Amino acid sequence: MARTLLDKVWDAHTVRTLPSGQTQLLIGLHLIHEVTTPQAFQMLKELKLKVRMPARTFGTLDHIIPTADQARPFADPQAEEMAQHMYRNMKEFGLPLFDMASGKQGIVHVIGPELGLSQPGMTIACGDSHTSTHGAVGAIAFGIGTTQVRDVLATQCLAMAKPKLRRVRVEGTLANGVYAKDVILAIINQLGVKGGVGYAYEYAGPVIERMTMEERLTICNMSIEGGARCGYVNPDATTIEYLRGRPYAPQGEAFDRAAAWWKSMATERGAEFDDIARLDGAAIEPVVTWGINPGMSIGVSQRIPSPDAQPEPERPTFREALAHMGFEAGQPIKGAKIDVAFVGSCTNGRLSDLRAAAEVAKKGKVAEGVRALIVPGSQQVAQAAEAEGLHEIFLAAGFQWRKAGCSMCLGMNDDKLQGREMSASSSNRNFIGRQGSPTGRTLLMSPAMVAAAAITGVVTDVREILR
Amino acid sequence: MSTDFKRRHMTGRGIPLPGNDIDTDRIIPARFLKEVTFETMGEHVFEDARKQNPEHPFNSPAYRGASVLVVGQNFGCGSSREHAPQALMRWGIRAIVGGSFAEIFFGNCVMLGIPCLVASQEDLEWLQKAIAKSPQVPVTVDVEKQEVHFGDHAIKASIPDGPRNQLVGGTWDSTAVLLEAGAAIEATAGKLPYVAGF
Repeated sequence: MARTLLDKVWDAHTVRTLPSGQTQLLIGLHLIHEVTTPQAFQMLKELKLKVRMPARTFGTLDHIIPTADQARPFADPQAEEMAQHMYRNMKEFGLPLFDMASGKQGIVHVIGPELGLSQPGMTIACGDSHTSTHGAVGAIAFGIGTTQVRDVLATQCLAMAKPKLRRVRVEGTLANGVYAKDVILAIINQLGVKGGVGYAYEYAGPVIERMTMEERLTICNMSIEGGARCGYVNPDATTIEYLRGRPYAPQGEAFDRAAAWWKSMATERGAEFDDIARLDGAAIEPVVTWGINPGMSIGVSQRIPSPDAQPEPERPTFREALAHMGFEAGQPIKGAKIDVAFVGSCTNGRLSDLRAAAEVAKKGKVAEGVRALIVPGSQQVAQAAEAEGLHEIFLAAGFQWRKAGCSMCLGMNDDKLQGREMSASSSNRNFIGRQGSPTGRTLLMSPAMVAAAAITGVVTDVREILR
Repeated sequence: MSTDFKRRHMTGRGIPLPGNDIDTDRIIPARFLKEVTFETMGEHVFEDARKQNPEHPFNSPAYRGASVLVVGQNFGCGSSREHAPQALMRWGIRAIVGGSFAEIFFGNCVMLGIPCLVASQEDLEWLQKAIAKSPQVPVTVDVEKQEVHFGDHAIKASIPDGPRNQLVGGTWDSTAVLLEAGAAIEATAGKLPYVAGF
């Protein structure tokens, strides 16, 4: 019988079936960061256990680090304490840490693929929900909690039930000015924020197949926003060329052997799925969220929907969203005034995202009263962008050019919304309070759309600027 | 494993929290995560939501000391932060009944021995109203029988077999169970070409 990538990866990593009926699944790559691990290391110490496979464990600092001044000690004593714990734990357990001095520091989901650590056919875990990102290279990648981080540190395994599999096919061709971010927001809008519960998503179809690796990373990143346990794209020539020459990818003849194995892990023709969903790529226009979860989105030319047009159980959330955002049903999203523009995050903090934003930034200056931040996803992204002069374009247009970190995606450092500020953001969540202010408001969109909002001061159709 | 770990059934007063898609940022905002332990999490559960809404159930004296949380659809979506179930647990929650749960949140709850059971929309609305009317009446969450009892009334509430077996059998604290595989872990790793270096 034809098998899927999920079947093959699952079988290859199954240690045994547990008495509970779940699978004891080996985790091939464990990525860790400073926020969700100190308690796990403490538990490990209390159990007097070592890290089971230190060679398969890598750490970085991303969530709490400042993006303006990264000199130690950090100005925020709590951030400094978390950093110190990370350094101490990594040293004590003999694990490599990609810190600022390494030149390889960055958001964990940006550096994994960038360094060639994340590879096809692997199981990957990290104490962060956006671990689904790594599925873009053809891995099965799970976000986990801290007690599960302890399990992976101690046993290199997780107790898991195999998810069902839904193939999400995006047909046709995308229009100019429509990006991977618009595609994943359209998918989440169609399938719902809990539509993926119980499923892994396999992204396929001509639009996905033509995408670069960075675009696929954006797609897989937000699988979790659709409720899916993980999401992946089958490894192909794009995957193999992306990995060639990366520091932690196999080199020389070993690379060719690896490439052959990677290709062999792809879903076979004729494989069956628990469900298949389809979208017409040509029908997608630049997408903007208007509400308080990533499924509440519309095309930039559309009007904010009315709660009364929703099924009864959805209406209270729609009303709450309108009240929080200060919007009215029927209002166009285009023209909504913004206070802050943020380009960055594990969703859209890679080089191609910065290029797309710079293309738009060239056409104007940041509007008066708008605070605009560009936060590269990693030190290497920052370096590559600077080599192309992108930082000069941003600075000339009035954007702030920051250092790598999670930043205003979740507001754990100084980069926060103030009061009810409205943010145009290339990040992944528009939850109430997400960007650091309990009353702050977030409009999710592509990096190009964020740049367009930054220079006009309002939500703008980027296609009108690029034309 | 000690019987202390078995989560066959638990009884306590209920607390209804209506609404769908309540995310883990809402349960505990990120600014409270800058801690190297979970100790203070209970103090900040729903902090922003409680400040913005004095009527929030977690502010109500009627529900103080409650341990069975009754929620809507897609509870715990978003961030994987275990700080969210830790905050609920440290506030006093021991079991959750809802329409559906985000999977990482559900898994984190299992790791803490907190059962999350799924009930129908109709039954949830009934249960939330019944608790609001009589908050002193104890609620029993029977994990083994997959039922929730309130007074003389019982509703069906399901939990998948794997986690149910872990909770009922007391094997939810999984490190010991996973360690039992012993050398089979390295044997599985040894067969993977990427571990061997191709």
